[in-house]
Amino acid sequence: METVYLAIPLAPLLGAIIAGLFGKQIGRNLSHWVTTGSVALAFLLSLFVFKHITLDGGAVYNGAVYTWAVVDNVKMEIGFLIDNLTILMMLVVTFVSLMVHIYTIGYMRDDPGYQRFFSYISLFTFAMLMLVMSNNFLQLFFGWEAVGLVSYLLIGFWYEKDAAVYANMKAFIVNRIGDLGFLLGIAIILIYTNSLDYTVAFEKFEVHKVNLPGIFPLTVGPLSALDGVDALDLAMVLLFIGAMGKSAQVPLHVWLPDSMEGPTPISALIHAATMVTAGIFMVARMSPLYELSDIALNVILTVGATTAFFMGLVGIVQNDIKRVIAYSTLSQLGYMTVALGASAYSAAVFHLMTHAFFKALLFLAAGSVIIAMHHEQDMRKMGGLRRYMPITYWTALIGSLALIGFPGFSGFFSKDLIIEAVGKSGLVMANYAYVMVVLGVFVTAFYTFRMFFMVFHGDERMDDHTLAHLRESPRVVTTPLILLAIPSVLAGFLIDPVALGDFFNQVLLPAKEGFRDVTTIMVDGSKHLAMSQLRESYHGILGFIMHGFLSPALWLAAAGAGLAWYMYMKNDELADWFYDHFGWLHKLLTEKYYLDTFNQKVLANGALYLGNSLWTLGDKLLIDGLFVNGTVKVVKRGAGLISRLQTGYLYHYAFSMVLGIALMVAWILFAYSS
Amino acid sequence: MSFEQLLFYLFSGVLLLAGISMVTVRNPVYAALSLIVCFFTSAAIWVTLEAEFLGIVLVLVYVGAVMVLFLFVIMMLDINHDHLKEGFIKYLPVGLLVALVIAVEMILVLSGGGFDGEKYMQGQRHGADYSNTKALGEVLYQQYLYPFEIAAVILLVAIIAAITLTLRRRPNSKSQNIDQQVRVKREDRVRLVKMEAEK
Amino acid sequence: MIGLSHYLVVAAILFAISIAGMFLNRKNMLVLLMCIELMLLAVNLNFIAFSHYMDDMAGQIFVFFILTVAAAEAAIGLAILVVLFRSRRTINVQELNELKG
Repeated sequence: METVYLAIPLAPLLGAIIAGLFGKQIGRNLSHWVTTGSVALAFLLSLFVFKHITLDGGAVYNGAVYTWAVVDNVKMEIGFLIDNLTILMMLVVTFVSLMVHIYTIGYMRDDPGYQRFFSYISLFTFAMLMLVMSNNFLQLFFGWEAVGLVSYLLIGFWYEKDAAVYANMKAFIVNRIGDLGFLLGIAIILIYTNSLDYTVAFEKFEVHKVNLPGIFPLTVGPLSALDGVDALDLAMVLLFIGAMGKSAQVPLHVWLPDSMEGPTPISALIHAATMVTAGIFMVARMSPLYELSDIALNVILTVGATTAFFMGLVGIVQNDIKRVIAYSTLSQLGYMTVALGASAYSAAVFHLMTHAFFKALLFLAAGSVIIAMHHEQDMRKMGGLRRYMPITYWTALIGSLALIGFPGFSGFFSKDLIIEAVGKSGLVMANYAYVMVVLGVFVTAFYTFRMFFMVFHGDERMDDHTLAHLRESPRVVTTPLILLAIPSVLAGFLIDPVALGDFFNQVLLPAKEGFRDVTTIMVDGSKHLAMSQLRESYHGILGFIMHGFLSPALWLAAAGAGLAWYMYMKNDELADWFYDHFGWLHKLLTEKYYLDTFNQKVLANGALYLGNSLWTLGDKLLIDGLFVNGTVKVVKRGAGLISRLQTGYLYHYAFSMVLGIALMVAWILFAYSS
Repeated sequence: MSFEQLLFYLFSGVLLLAGISMVTVRNPVYAALSLIVCFFTSAAIWVTLEAEFLGIVLVLVYVGAVMVLFLFVIMMLDINHDHLKEGFIKYLPVGLLVALVIAVEMILVLSGGGFDGEKYMQGQRHGADYSNTKALGEVLYQQYLYPFEIAAVILLVAIIAAITLTLRRRPNSKSQNIDQQVRVKREDRVRLVKMEAEK
Repeated sequence: MIGLSHYLVVAAILFAISIAGMFLNRKNMLVLLMCIELMLLAVNLNFIAFSHYMDDMAGQIFVFFILTVAAAEAAIGLAILVVLFRSRRTINVQELNELKG
């Protein structure tokens, strides 16, 4: 099986190398065949692993395949931890990646960077697979950085566009901030456990104890200055800061909307379905540790809830079709994060999966629309596309319904589960989070259907030339849409095994001496009751759907969709009335809460100012002026003074020698007498 | 006053007087001669201290070689010694002062050093069969063999250095060029000429 | 009796005289070299005296080496003096300040 595990990430890497280095020689067709084939191979192998471990109940694999280096007894290894969580991620990543590969054949047909693009997305698949399959923090970090790198390369894929270059710089820099936290978190774990292995960390932090383990004083190594801080709390919060950067949580979310400058398949693959969920995956993977830190869980809950609601609000005022979906992604990532905070890890991963399908679907549908509109992304210039693009229309409808949580669609199950879990969470911040996520449902429905109606219904607002050429996209574009629409509808029915069942209860570390097992996702049932209560009250899928009709979330979603319909289909004046009376709110939202302005004005300029003052004060004055030139001046002046002693006259030297003798003898005399 | 004391005071007195005269006389030839007197009297004092070998070496090497070298150089170099003595009076007080300070300090050190004790009043007197040269040789060739050889090398280096420093080729001096003479070949000297025989 | 300190005092005075000589004959390098010889003589006298009174041959060995080194020093010093005189036509120390810093 090790060979299979190795082959899964290496196949896309091989494809990326071939398409990237020899793209010119092998040509366009062969490039997309090689990369798509390699990703398809990875997907098929993932299915094989899925059958072997999940369906046939094979053992969890946790082992190293290669020891890269051993430094001070810390092993740096490449290893795989294959359990249901990993397999789920592998399936999602390879499936969406495969869809995007196929879609790209049509979408990028005329682009001069065709081979380069395929090379990048295959490389991304490799990096993401390394990330999810890792069994240690080093490889996790490698994958983490590698997906960041590919994200950077792809946002700036059209490097001749200034906006794209700024956007990829922004993504890179904002991610660095998160990565700093991530790296520090790993460092604390390394210092504390002296190992990079997940399971060793779980063991060292005593997650297998039934009773709550004690605190972990930070008195190890160089961190003794932080005495009194719990190592685990600190490490978990720092790791989550990394997740905030990668999964675009407030306030490190600013890069994601701008990343829409990249080609649309990338927005679907990286900035909606897979890479941005790396943070969610990481927290779920670390669930045994996060369970021990209520502080970290509260932070996660707050950040997630804030992102879920406020980023959805921004989505309402966007006119760029891709930006609406981008803000929707932010909001949905907020939902996943909230679920993590409420200890509903399986719900978060479940939502991750469903979201990956329906958000990739929405993005690819938007891409299809953009192709038809001749790369026009402004929704105010669209409308009435339903008649011209039936496949895109229906698949987009499915995606939208899944996104707002229409009963029976996948989003309904995962989102409802999250809302229920937050409502039952006993953490300090749970009430705030509950209000946010419930209101968020209304906002989600509103902006989704605002977009939907503006694009597909109403009058055709585009120019005549575009209108004349309006037609459905080619098969390579619509096929992935259809293929993605299927799981967008049906994935929700996996709620029983995945979210509420024993899917994530595989044993990673067997229990010893009466302690409990360490499982893939561990919830401390004595403290965090949400999931166990949900499990008890769950009576079949039909019951869950019926229960959904009783919850406020569904009615709020209906209200949001209805309001969108009324405002954009029936009564145009209502929008104007809102605009006139709540201009300040509109301004606040279009300016994205002035966060970009704040970053630019305060942080960027502040850093610039700080750098400048350090340069003038520290570099020019202190180091150059005082240390470098100052030393020279002092030596020069001193040497000038001392060189006067060197007269060149022999008798002066003799005299100083004699004087030295006299003084020495005097000293001896003095020393003896006293 | 015993004979020993008499000798000591006599030689010491001459030694110091000769020293004073050496540093004060105008003519360096006289200074060198005074230094020779110093060496002679010192050698005498050393002999009274049973260091016969070194006393004789002092006379042989220093008076016989080094001082002759000095005199040789003094006379070889055509130096106007008069203005070299300029500023003599001007620096006399400073020189005397420094010399006095050093002397006083040294004597203070000596008086505080406990060299007046009983132990240092009477030196070790050896019998008539004692050979200072033999004693010195035994120590020198056994215990100090290695430094002794180094000293020999130093002397060799000094000889070569002195020769190299002063050696110069005079363009008009007539001397043999030995290596050229040795390297000479038959062709350089003998020319064979083929001639028609006289008929 | 003549004790050790007698010799030491004589040597000290001789040393002081040679120091005074260095001041008085500061221009004449020849005499300076002679003063150095005198200084070494004073030191040697000390060594011999100690050797005698402490009955230790090491003192005389030391004198032996000092004599060797002093002879070498005198030879090289005079050689330098000769070379110097050849190139500068003087041995006046006051005119020799080429190495001024």
